[in-house]
Amino acid sequence: MLGIRPRIPSGCAISGIMSRKGRRMNGEAIIQSIALMHDRSNGLGGGFAAYGIYPQYKDHYAFHMMYHSETAKINTEMYIREYFFIDGSEPLPTRPLPQIGESPILWRYFLRVRPEALNVNGFLKDERDFVVDVVMYINNQIDGAFVASSGKNMGAFKGVGYPEDIGRFYRLEEYEAYLWTAHGRFPTNTPGWWGGAHPFCLLDWSVVHNGEITSYGINKRYLEMFGYKCNLQTDTEVVTYIFDLMVRRQKLPFAIAAKAVAPEFWHKIDRLPADEKELITAIRQVYGSALLNGPFSIILGHSRGMLGLSDRIKLRPMVAAEKDDLFFLASEESAIREICPAPDRVWAPRGGEPVLVELEEGVEV
Amino acid sequence: MQKLNGKGMHYKDLNQWLKAQVAAGEREFLLENINGQRYLGTGISADLTITVQGTPGSDLGAFLDGPTIIVHGNGQDAIGNTMNAGKIIIHGQAGDVLGYAMRGGKLFIRGSVGYRVGIHMKEYQQQRPVMVIGGTAGDFLGEYMAGGILVVLGLDRQPNQPLVGELVGTGMHGGIIYLRGEVDPAQLGRECSIFPADTEDLQLLRAILAEYCQDFSLELDTIMAEQFFKLRPVSTRPYGQLYVG
Repeated sequence: MLGIRPRIPSGCAISGIMSRKGRRMNGEAIIQSIALMHDRSNGLGGGFAAYGIYPQYKDHYAFHMMYHSETAKINTEMYIREYFFIDGSEPLPTRPLPQIGESPILWRYFLRVRPEALNVNGFLKDERDFVVDVVMYINNQIDGAFVASSGKNMGAFKGVGYPEDIGRFYRLEEYEAYLWTAHGRFPTNTPGWWGGAHPFCLLDWSVVHNGEITSYGINKRYLEMFGYKCNLQTDTEVVTYIFDLMVRRQKLPFAIAAKAVAPEFWHKIDRLPADEKELITAIRQVYGSALLNGPFSIILGHSRGMLGLSDRIKLRPMVAAEKDDLFFLASEESAIREICPAPDRVWAPRGGEPVLVELEEGVEV
Repeated sequence: MQKLNGKGMHYKDLNQWLKAQVAAGEREFLLENINGQRYLGTGISADLTITVQGTPGSDLGAFLDGPTIIVHGNGQDAIGNTMNAGKIIIHGQAGDVLGYAMRGGKLFIRGSVGYRVGIHMKEYQQQRPVMVIGGTAGDFLGEYMAGGILVVLGLDRQPNQPLVGELVGTGMHGGIIYLRGEVDPAQLGRECSIFPADTEDLQLLRAILAEYCQDFSLELDTIMAEQFFKLRPVSTRPYGQLYVG
């Protein structure tokens, strides 16, 4: 064999659907949407995040795990049991598919933190900070174990393959969610592996990303100062942790966090009105190391909504659309029209302009 | 006229069907239920008309060499990539990087377009590409433009909605950009300057826009009633001294 392969004209794909009324829909639509962009991925990664799928366990941390061996599973369970009540433990339901190669052991747990675990030398630790520490420990200290997602009433379903095959493999038609995001991967600088597929999740955060974060080294060192460890061989990991840091821990509004990761250029800042100029200058000074450089378009999912954002000079595509209570974001308009042929409104957000969509006030999920 | 229902069809199959039909002598096509199929019309050197219903995928008419493509819907990214001859008419809006390195033919869009439109358009002797954008354009319009004609009309514009984005004509060293309305000089790249359109410009514009208005059933005199400005490069060799000084 000469090893001649056809050119694969790809470049990653993302898609997201959400009902602002919290209406749940099964995984069929999001699979169709991401499948329309099949040619943007190369079969080395696909994945989904789904919110609202575990109403029977909605106050539990749902851990979706990937294990490379039985030993890794035993070690992780011993560790988890020390700090959590395990109220549910089962394999993630899958269906065998010829398109999907060998998978890690895929398992999920529904966990409650043991109250005594939060007592650290007489100080009460924030529960979610504690869960972050646990995720960092498992991912970095337990050989062959990887937390795919760790939020409440949500989960990540990802692996090596084309996204539509990954969706069928995980039987997503059996889940009902009010928010779905999806990713088709074309790994550029790092290998395609199960844990490295998108979305990247921590607590309720999930990130699907098309692009490359060239500021990765700076972002990684910055995040390390706050206890985040970036060892998963992908740039996207830093995006998830930056939003956890800025929005959950430091309680910044999404709009400000979005400005920190994708601020205006200085030549534009010079022309802004005085108060805006002061604000953006302050954000750039304080959060210079959180700036994401390089081409990207991302969808950040969380339990109350999603944020769509592309880099400042729009080096990656992003289209938004609305239809009644539904909100769509995708790399291509056709991926939206595949599941919603006649949206009320379709538009392309500007580079660096955050698209924020949230559940309507009062909607409980 | 040959009709095709493109629902669920892969772009390779669709383009192969087109090529086979063209080889058999067909010259009129109606493609229905198109959604996301890329490279439509690529690789066919002939005078023919392809009417598209739906949202064609990116790289519509890439390297286009003769056909006319009419889209009743929105376009995506990279339409008319390096096109050589022919015409593309988009009745809706379109995405980023339209007419990249376009070197001939016409690209008419009724609505607004995204970023990096008309980058590195070029011309040679009789080959002079023309692009007309009915709405507004995003940043980097006409970046590194080396030739051809780009027109932005700003129709149906909201108050305070800018006609073009930032860094227009950055690195421009040939060609001409016409703007229907004023623009803040701070939005321009350093390599171009703005002038009012003169009589000769208006004659050229009238000829181009007469065809544009016919394609979209618009009123030419209403469009010509506004003041036009033109952007020209300050130098034909902005980087001539870059490696010698």
